[in-house]
Amino acid sequence: MVYLGYIFIFFGVMAFMVSAIGLVRMPDIYTRMHAGTKATTMGIILVILGAICMEPSWAWKLILLAIFILLTNPLSSSVIARASHSDGATLESDELKEVQK
Amino acid sequence: MFELVTIVLLLSMMITLYRFLKGPTLGDRVVAFDVMNIMGVSLLVLLALYFQRSLYLDIALVFGLIGFLGTTIFGRYIEKGI
Repeated sequence: MVYLGYIFIFFGVMAFMVSAIGLVRMPDIYTRMHAGTKATTMGIILVILGAICMEPSWAWKLILLAIFILLTNPLSSSVIARASHSDGATLESDELKEVQK
Repeated sequence: MFELVTIVLLLSMMITLYRFLKGPTLGDRVVAFDVMNIMGVSLLVLLALYFQRSLYLDIALVFGLIGFLGTTIFGRYIEKGI
């Protein structure tokens, strides 16, 4: 059970690493948000699952933390996307606008 | 094993900090701030496992709450100003 927890935590940290690399490599803010939100949610759910496997007596606090992250993370990314769209951020390659010309 | 995982997590926080310092617009910095918050919550869960204290999970919950409030308030600041 402890080794299963190690495997879950390792893959969760790999998801964090993929998120960080995507945050540096992506061209504009919407794609950066795509890399920064979904992979981060995946990573923290995997880390919490590994912690539940390693310490089963802490399960309720960890499940509460996971539910909290699952509720608030899409909400904050939606707030940032709406704010930066109203601020006038544009896509790097907007194919729809090129077709409409 | 915990040391290796923590070093990889801190390395990804460093890469995110690069985007936070360099990001051209304010929105990029807020996205990097949000990602670093979630990584900090994960780091607190790993510390709770390493030191065998469940008190750190409460700190992780409060840290996540404060980070969510900060991100929402920065979004409102970008949209409407102070």
